[in-house]
Amino acid sequence: MKLKKILPQLLTLLFIVLVFGFFTMNAQENMGARGLEFGFGFLKTQASFDIQFSLIDYDGSHTYARAYLVGLLNTLLVAFIGIILATLLGAIVGVARLSPNYLIRKTASFYIEFFRNIPLLLQIFFWYFAALRALPMLEDAPMLLNSSFMTIKGLYTPAPIWTNFDVFFTTIIIAMIVIFFFAKYAKKKQEQEGKRLPVLIISLSIFIGLPLLTFLIGGVDLSWSFPVIRQMSASSYTFDGGLKIPPELIALTLALTLYTTTFIAENVRAGIQGIGKGQKEAAASIGLTQSQVLKLVIMPQALRIIIPPTTNQYLNLTKNSSLAAAIAYPDLVLVFAGTAMMQTGRAIEIVGITMATYLTISLGISLLMNWYNKRIAIQEK
Amino acid sequence: MFKYLKQLTSLVAVVAVLFAFTTESMAAKKSKTLKNTQKKGFVRCGVSQGLPGFSNADAAGNWTGLDVDVCRAVAAAVLGDANKVKFTPLSAKERFTALTSGEIDILSRNTTWTLSRDADLGVTFVGVNFYDGQGFMVRKDSGITSTSQFKNGISACTNIGTTTELNMRDFFNSKGISYEPVAFEKADEVVAAYDSGRCDTYTTDKSGLAAQRTKMTNPDDHMVLPETISKEPLGPVVRQGDAVWEDIVRWSLNVMIEAEEYGISSGNADMMKTSENPAIKRLVGTEGELGSYLGLDQDWSLRIIKQVGNYGESYKRNIADTGILPDRGPNNIWTKGGLLYTPPAR
Repeated sequence: MKLKKILPQLLTLLFIVLVFGFFTMNAQENMGARGLEFGFGFLKTQASFDIQFSLIDYDGSHTYARAYLVGLLNTLLVAFIGIILATLLGAIVGVARLSPNYLIRKTASFYIEFFRNIPLLLQIFFWYFAALRALPMLEDAPMLLNSSFMTIKGLYTPAPIWTNFDVFFTTIIIAMIVIFFFAKYAKKKQEQEGKRLPVLIISLSIFIGLPLLTFLIGGVDLSWSFPVIRQMSASSYTFDGGLKIPPELIALTLALTLYTTTFIAENVRAGIQGIGKGQKEAAASIGLTQSQVLKLVIMPQALRIIIPPTTNQYLNLTKNSSLAAAIAYPDLVLVFAGTAMMQTGRAIEIVGITMATYLTISLGISLLMNWYNKRIAIQEK
Repeated sequence: MFKYLKQLTSLVAVVAVLFAFTTESMAAKKSKTLKNTQKKGFVRCGVSQGLPGFSNADAAGNWTGLDVDVCRAVAAAVLGDANKVKFTPLSAKERFTALTSGEIDILSRNTTWTLSRDADLGVTFVGVNFYDGQGFMVRKDSGITSTSQFKNGISACTNIGTTTELNMRDFFNSKGISYEPVAFEKADEVVAAYDSGRCDTYTTDKSGLAAQRTKMTNPDDHMVLPETISKEPLGPVVRQGDAVWEDIVRWSLNVMIEAEEYGISSGNADMMKTSENPAIKRLVGTEGELGSYLGLDQDWSLRIIKQVGNYGESYKRNIADTGILPDRGPNNIWTKGGLLYTPPAR
């Protein structure tokens, strides 16, 4: 009886092992026949190529491992910005879809239908080659906010120059911990004594006040480096100083955000519509205000519907960021599975590492979102 | 007794093997790649995704170019028809994997011969069909006429997965100039980005620059700077481990070059059969048994010359007449001051 249960499992396992074994053997045999060796030693050798945009210190004298890290961080950067922007925009557009105002409602649906139904790669090309290319050359760019320039070669903004940034950063962390415990205390107090503390105002003043204090007594200081134009030749210019955000990053973030927003907006709309009208009316009938109804009754229930499919969209956005290779944004695929693979010829190793990396990122996001989903799920008592 | 018997059998075996090698040298020449090619009926050739002069497809899908002609020469030698080639367009990044995985049998895609590629990638370079070097293209209105006028902060557009990226770093580092590398996967996107003003300069092999310049909105607004910053010997590549196939590709290319050296062209090849010069007679197949050494028939080289032409004809047709590089420079026969010098076909 027990064997009958286990046998199919065992056979499946055996089948998987055999398939994997066959592919490994096959790869080994063919690589051996062509005099190729399998190994990760190349990661420690000098990369010898430069990368346009990097969050950490990097140049061609660093190793392939470092180049991998640069690519990974660039991928995470675009995914991080994209997810945050798409979530905010998605929430707004999703609510706008249900607006009683005809114009707002129709604009939101038009936006969703338009951007959702055009292939993402096409949108990336559009933003990079059509939209951003219409930007002015450096010497013709108007100054924005008295400090920045949006040009064909990217966005140039003032760069912050910190003294004792570590003190400032530690204080922010401390402020966040204090707020966390304060919020817990306030909730307990409300449950026990029915008194409500002004949590938001106190939290905000801690969050802003504590770091500000470091400027006065912690020796923290902040100054700005402004971009200054310099002529390189009769027709070309560059900016010295300041911070440069490459047009590739801007185009990719724009395209990913606008595309993913449509799906998140639909999730939000579905989530809100999924809550019965009775809930809203019942909440109103016990005297809750309009915003309390949304915050205390509708949203907690709607989130349970919204979160799982939105997790999928976060994963999609992260994986879609690999289309960066098309427009020269140096993400993991372009730097590592592109240049590094070509220079070393280690196709199997590098594709393996890249696949494992994306898998890890995706599983990490899923784990985080599942944890959040569990937290807001109905807790049966 | 049995001990000796065992030794005797191994001796017989060894002799048999040696005998087999000496008498069946023709059969041994049948390399796996050659056998597969003859069975399929076409040569599988990896080319670029569109580089005028080297490998470019017209609207009807017909491939032409200097690199294309190498594959056509092999098809003429092996299958008797220069048109029996299946072309696979490859990006710089895909090319070696396509070759080592067996998707193609010849990679003829303006590929630079370097030590690390030759020794570490499981491939073998069989020769050089174009001597090139990396250069820079700039806008004429920039007033730049030499790389010595490059300044800190210059942005350079190029392709990923090429020696270009490495040379570029060496060059700017040695000059102490800070630069911004903008590397795309496909050549068309490099051209589009440079053309729109994203980059101050476009760097790749000079032949590539000359060819891509024709794709710009206004080709006359751009110029290639005179400096050459690297050696780029471009040539066909085959998979490691099939020495016979390697020889066939190498000597198909060499025949084209040597035919030009001896003045044999597609037009006069048949008349040359009566030539007094033994070197010419060997090339048109009236003397010697060169084909059999490669596992091919006697007319293999004659077919190359008649169907594809000699190197000079191919250069004229693809590179000179198209206005890409009318001056042959180093890509001329050694007797005319160029670098093309092949071992003798004998």
